[in-house]
Amino acid sequence: MFARNLLRQGVRSRVALANVSSRRLYHPKVIDHYQNPRNVGTMDKNLTNVGTGLVGAPACGDVMRLQIKVNDETGVIEDVKFKTFGCGSAIASSSFATELVKGMTLEEAANIKNTMIAKELSLPPVKLHCSMLAEDAIKSAIKDYKAKRGNRKPTM
Amino acid sequence: MYKFRIGAGVRRFSVSALRRTSSSGVKQAMPTSGAQPPQGSSISLKSATRDPSEYGTRPIYLDMQATTPTDPRVLDKMLEFYTGLYGNPHSSTHAYGWETDKAVEEARANVAAVIGADPKEIIFTSGATECNNMALKGVARFYGKSKKHIITTQTEHKCVLDSCRHLQDEGFEVTYLPVNSDGLIDLELLEKAIRKDTCLVSVMAVNNEIGVIQPLEDIGRICRSHKVFFHTDAAQAYGKIPIDVNKCNIDLMSISSHKIYGPMGVGATFVRRRPRVRLDPIINGGGQERGLRSGTLAPPLVCGFGEAARLMVQEYDADQAHIRALSTKLMDALLSMDHTQLNGSRIHRYPGCVNVSFAYIEGESLLMALKDIALSSGSACTSASLEPSYVLHALGADDALAHSSIRFGIGRFTTEAEVDYVIQALTERVKFLRELSPLWEMVNEGIDLNSIEWAGH
Repeated sequence: MFARNLLRQGVRSRVALANVSSRRLYHPKVIDHYQNPRNVGTMDKNLTNVGTGLVGAPACGDVMRLQIKVNDETGVIEDVKFKTFGCGSAIASSSFATELVKGMTLEEAANIKNTMIAKELSLPPVKLHCSMLAEDAIKSAIKDYKAKRGNRKPTM
Repeated sequence: MYKFRIGAGVRRFSVSALRRTSSSGVKQAMPTSGAQPPQGSSISLKSATRDPSEYGTRPIYLDMQATTPTDPRVLDKMLEFYTGLYGNPHSSTHAYGWETDKAVEEARANVAAVIGADPKEIIFTSGATECNNMALKGVARFYGKSKKHIITTQTEHKCVLDSCRHLQDEGFEVTYLPVNSDGLIDLELLEKAIRKDTCLVSVMAVNNEIGVIQPLEDIGRICRSHKVFFHTDAAQAYGKIPIDVNKCNIDLMSISSHKIYGPMGVGATFVRRRPRVRLDPIINGGGQERGLRSGTLAPPLVCGFGEAARLMVQEYDADQAHIRALSTKLMDALLSMDHTQLNGSRIHRYPGCVNVSFAYIEGESLLMALKDIALSSGSACTSASLEPSYVLHALGADDALAHSSIRFGIGRFTTEAEVDYVIQALTERVKFLRELSPLWEMVNEGIDLNSIEWAGH
C-alpha cells in the first residue's frame, strides 16, 4: 500500500515536471489570439464617447493601448480597439480583453480581474504581468472616458 | 590497425552536397533507387546525410552562435572510437592505450595548428565554460598572493563575468571595462586600468551576441609590455577569424568544439609555455593534461574536435566566401527596412553573426511569429529571463531597442534558399507586428516617444 502510494506520488511528480518543462510553450489559445488578433485598430481619441487607455512602457517591453467607444445613454461599450507592443502573451491578453469587454456596461468592465484573463489563456506565472497590464488598460480607458464625460457635463 | 567501413561513403562528399541536403526547412525528395538505409536509421547511405524525414520538417536553423550542426565527416571520425578504438589514451601499458593516445595527439596537433600554437600548449577540457573558469580562477589563484586585480569587459560571456564575480568574493578586485557604441573597448582605457598588481586581462575575441571582433593584436601588445597575462575567450572566433597566438601575444585562449561543427562536450584551453603561464588547476587528480586538468580524456570527442579543427583550416576559404556572401545578402535586406539597425561595429565584425534591432516590435513576439526559423534574441543562457540583453545595454542601446533585437547566425551549412526565405518571412511579419504596435503608430503620427511619461510597472 505504502509502495503504491509512493509510486503514485512519483507519477504525479513526473506529471508536474512535464508541466514545468512545457511552460515555455504557449497555450493554443495564446497562439490563436496572437495569429488572429481580434479588434485591432485605432479610434479617434478626440471623440467624446471614446476612452483611451495607454499603459506600460517601452523600456519594460510592453505597451498596451485599449480604446472603448461607449454609448452615452446606456453606458454599454459598443466597440473596442487595441494595439499592443509586447510579447505574444501581451498581445493575446489584450486581444482577449477586447473580446471580453465588448457589450459590457462600464461597471461590468471595471470589475474584470486579471485572473480571468490569465485563467482563460493559461498564462504561466512569468507572464502574469501581461494580464495585469490588460486589466490596467481597461481601467485606464474607462477612467479616460469618465473624465471626458465629467468635463462635458457642465456645458450641457 | 582497424579498418572501419561504417559510413565510409561520407568521407568523399563535398560541403556543397551536404549543404544542399541538410537544409531542414525545405523538405527534399530522397532518391529511392539503389542501396537502402537500414530500417530505422537516420543516416541515408545514398546521400550521405541525415535523412530529414527521420526528424520531421523542422525550422530553418539560424542559431549558429548557440551551436553548430556536427559535420558528418567529424561524426565519421568519432565512430571509430565508439566501435573499435576503445582504449584509455592514458593506458601506457598496452596497444589499446597507445592507439587512442596516438589519435588524441593527432587531434591535439590539429587543434593547435589553427592558432599557430605548439601542440603541448593545448589542454583539453569539457568546453569553453570550463576553459574560462580554468583560466580566470587558475591564474588569479596562482598569482593571487601578490596580484589581486583582474581586468575584463562588460560584454563578456556570462561564464567569464560570473567567474569574476566569484573571484571578487574571494577578495580579488575586478575592473569591468566599458565598450563604445560599436562594442569595441578603448585601448587607452585598458592601458590606464592596468595596475602593478594586475595579473590578468580577459577580453573575448568575437562577441557571441553581436559578432564584434576586438583588436586582439593591440590588446596583446599592451598586455605584454606591462607583463600582464592576456586571456581571450575565442569560442566564437576559433577557426572563423585568423588568430595567431604568437602574433597577438595571447597567453591563454578558450576554445569550444561545438561552435566549429564538432561534437558537444569538449573544448580546449591554450596555455602558453614560453613565457610560462602557471595555473592553479580546478580539477585535481591523476595529473593528465600537464596536471592542469586531470581526468581521462574522451577520445571520441577529442578526435572529433581535432577533425573539426582540421576541417576549419581545410574549408576556411570556402566557408569565409560562403558565409560572407549570405551575411551581406541578409544584412542588406534587413537594414533596407525602415527603422532597423545593426548592433555592433559594421567593420570589425565576424560576418556569421548578424544582430539587428527592429524598432517598435518586441523581440519575443517577433520570435513567436518566426517559429519556422530557429533564432534567438540573444545568448541562449539569458533567453530564459525577461531581461533585455546586457551586451546591448553596454553598447548604450536604450531598453526598447534592446528588447527588439534578433541575432541571426550563418554557418557552413546555411543555404541561400534558407536566407531568401528568412528575408521574405521577416519582411512580412515585421509589417504585421508593426501594424499591431501602438508605438509604430505614434511614431508615424510624429509623436516623440521620449516625450511621453510612461507608467512603468
